[in-house]
Amino acid sequence: MFVQVFIALILFSFGIFIIPRRFQFAYALTLTLVMAALTSYWAFDIMQGNRQFTHINFHVAALQSSFILVFDKLSAFFVLVVNLTVVVGLLYARGYLKPYCATKNTLSFAIHYFAFIWLYFSMLLVLACRDGISFLIVWEVMAVSSFLLVIFDAEDRNIMKTGINYLVQMHIGMVLLLIALLIVEKSTGSMSFDALADYFSQHSNWPLFLLFFAGFGIKAGFIPLHTWLPQAHPAAPSHVSGIMSGVMIKMGIYGIMRVLLSVQHDYLIIGIVLLIVSVISGVLGVMMAIVQHDLKRLLAYHSIENIGIIGIGMGLGVIGISMQNDVLIVLGFSGALLHVLNHSLFKSMLFFNAGSVYQAIHTRNIDSMGGLMKKMPFTALLFLLASLAICGLPPFNGFISEYLIYLGMFKSLEGIALYHSVLIVFGIVALTLIGGLAIFCFTKAFGIAFLGEARSPQAAGAKEVSASMLWPQAITAITIVAIGLASAWFVKPLFSMIADTYGIPVAEYVGFTKNLTGISMLAGIFLILVVALLVLRHVVLRHRPVRTGPVWGCGYTAATPRLQYTASSWADSYFKLAKPLLRTKVHNADIAEDEIFPVTKAYETHPEDAIKTGVVDAPVTRFLELLKKIAIMQTGQIQHYVLYAFVFMLLIFLLTYFQLI
Amino acid sequence: MPGFILILIAALFFPGIILRVKSIASGRKGPGVLQPLKDIAVLLRKGSVFGSGTGIIFRIAPSLNLAAVIAVLFVIPFSNQPALIAFEGDFVFFAYLLALGKFFTVIAALDTGSSFEGMGANREALYSMLVEPAFFILLGTFAMFTGLTSFSEIFSHFHVTDNHYVVIYSIIGFYLLVQIAMIENSRLPVDDPKTHLELTMIHEVMILDNSGFDKALIHIASYLKFAIYGALMTAALVPAEWNLYLQIALFFVVQLVFALIIGLNESFRARNKMSRNPQYVLTLTAIALVAFVVVLILTGKLMQ
Repeated sequence: MFVQVFIALILFSFGIFIIPRRFQFAYALTLTLVMAALTSYWAFDIMQGNRQFTHINFHVAALQSSFILVFDKLSAFFVLVVNLTVVVGLLYARGYLKPYCATKNTLSFAIHYFAFIWLYFSMLLVLACRDGISFLIVWEVMAVSSFLLVIFDAEDRNIMKTGINYLVQMHIGMVLLLIALLIVEKSTGSMSFDALADYFSQHSNWPLFLLFFAGFGIKAGFIPLHTWLPQAHPAAPSHVSGIMSGVMIKMGIYGIMRVLLSVQHDYLIIGIVLLIVSVISGVLGVMMAIVQHDLKRLLAYHSIENIGIIGIGMGLGVIGISMQNDVLIVLGFSGALLHVLNHSLFKSMLFFNAGSVYQAIHTRNIDSMGGLMKKMPFTALLFLLASLAICGLPPFNGFISEYLIYLGMFKSLEGIALYHSVLIVFGIVALTLIGGLAIFCFTKAFGIAFLGEARSPQAAGAKEVSASMLWPQAITAITIVAIGLASAWFVKPLFSMIADTYGIPVAEYVGFTKNLTGISMLAGIFLILVVALLVLRHVVLRHRPVRTGPVWGCGYTAATPRLQYTASSWADSYFKLAKPLLRTKVHNADIAEDEIFPVTKAYETHPEDAIKTGVVDAPVTRFLELLKKIAIMQTGQIQHYVLYAFVFMLLIFLLTYFQLI
Repeated sequence: MPGFILILIAALFFPGIILRVKSIASGRKGPGVLQPLKDIAVLLRKGSVFGSGTGIIFRIAPSLNLAAVIAVLFVIPFSNQPALIAFEGDFVFFAYLLALGKFFTVIAALDTGSSFEGMGANREALYSMLVEPAFFILLGTFAMFTGLTSFSEIFSHFHVTDNHYVVIYSIIGFYLLVQIAMIENSRLPVDDPKTHLELTMIHEVMILDNSGFDKALIHIASYLKFAIYGALMTAALVPAEWNLYLQIALFFVVQLVFALIIGLNESFRARNKMSRNPQYVLTLTAIALVAFVVVLILTGKLMQ
């Protein structure tokens, strides 16, 4: 029965093109909700261990082949992550898209909703397809539908350009995956993920893993494969960026996990590669985030950082397998998976609220914001909650996943070989540094954007967005707090899932939940203390004279909002430290010698992505130069072209005559 | 429980002792040991002035910060007595909850919209970010040495091993904790609490606009933090199986020595140039790494 509903939903998605405009949203929402309910039911069933798999087998007569969809525990977990964020994203989209109603026609809305539904369906299908061909097809559908979503605002030429860039990069990843799967097919005769284990048991493991890692890594955004991410996320409408950053890039993580499940040996080298690439992604991601002025671009770089944290967890898990260290396996992988869920929650929420700010003041430049907490209190509160969570601060969910990874590292330090200890300390330092830098970055993002005085007239006139953009986020907010406070409840299924996969006895990990109870207790104590102190403060201040006055200006009384710290000045002290790794273009005109009365000056900084310039732009430029040289042949004169054809035929004749080809 | 009470007692006298040391060293008569407590009592009785642009964050931040500091008190052990709440990896919670308090202090400074406070907040956020790795490597070293991962377990088994080199980690641990505590509490040589120029302040300029009750909370949190780090130093130096009364005495001796170090430091030393601070803070990470390598050698991993 359920299978029929599943297929019906897929077919019904085409109906969006024929229904009238005012029902489009309701139609899309219905499809999404039904699909979410159905797949969540399956996923819970599998997670609870009621059954091992859900098989869906449907035969397509025209192609004379049948597609088999399989949900196992790993896919079930990702299905739940996808469902939650997609549903919230669609509910949020209603308010976000309202201003576009005047400028966009019915068709473009229909395309948008259609692409949205199909991004969702394709993600579910990616999680379920094990066969190589069907996997690549749905992987492609996912790329194309997200491309359509990114270019929703394509009147802006830059957005179209970004969209094309995104599409090209996705296809490079796709080609890598295709090659990897073809290698598997050539050796085992079957082009599927189930055949991977066969392949890995007979061949060297790390080369093929690296190929898969590169292919999935482009989607996930590991540095240096990240360059599409900071461009596509700001260009896309905010509900789309939330979903792309929150869940779509996680499909890359899912792919890597899926391949890791089949890997048979070479664990140490794979683990080290994963760990090093992730540490670089994590540290550089957040380092580049700090210097951004564009709020959504800043968040995009943070996605790279969080992918890095997830990768650190996975890398440690794999190193754990190589050391046969059950603690590291359980804690590394469960930390990584929990961070997948956590990041999908707080990152989507950050993007949604960045979108709300954009709708209110029509700019993404942090330096034009300021004082928004007074104008948009609910948006600010949600943004603050998500900021605290993404920094990994207790008592919120980000802390729990980082804690699991930390605990895995600290518990594994004793009695292991030298190079393992060095690797783990490397991981500890990286994770600490990432945590510290994230705090530095989000004090800036929240403090400069939402606190202080308004830095521009738009910010001064900002109004809170409609309730329909706020209440869907309550679902996310509650989950964030729930995971932070009642972590044991969420982490236990992950523990048992990983322990089942790697055959680890319950006794090995059952003690860890006790630690989570300790965290919950301390977090509870902290919250009680906060409430107690605030109540005390309220009571005390009621009996005391309280007034407002100007802030301390050091004798200067004409302070304007322009004197406040800006996003650039916040990053400046740090930028000097990190100069070797970061690049910023500065436009600044010095005062000329003969300039007796200085005229208005402008100072601009444009943060650049050094890796993008080095890894993507430079080779492309060189390649274009080469092509230009070849283009000498393109003379535009017909007799030359006839001559080329003649030379070519002569060449073929000579080569065949001398039996060279 | 005894640890909890001891820390509260130490926190009462800690700032006063620093003050006494400084006034004696500079040849002044100076205020009494209880002066900081009297100051707090005065502040608690006062009314408040809030900056005109400030909002809710500015008002709740001091309470949140103090709540975080009190909450971390629960994981600090004393002697063989486990902390009130002890679990594996509790020092991660310790560091991150203190960071939460700092997060709010920093954004509260930005809430005023004053460029001075922005400057202070920026510097404080930068330095406390740079000091974190040193703390984690130190704890990693302890964890590797003892094979345990909670404050209570680490310190109760720290000196029990028959390894005589433990003195080395004790001393390195003490040194690093002193330095980390000074940076976390914004004392010399990274920050000078007694400077009078806003441009050279770090922590002080961040809390310029706090007054009355909130200011008192900020001071209390800072005193408690001193005593907490002092307790950690005691745990690193004093073997847990010694006589309990001797340990209590030594607890206060260590706190006194810590206060003496701070007081003398501030009497005879100038603050670092601002641009040299990051370098200074990062040196601690380097020292922590050296300590880690020393443990590697001593546990026989490196020289096998």
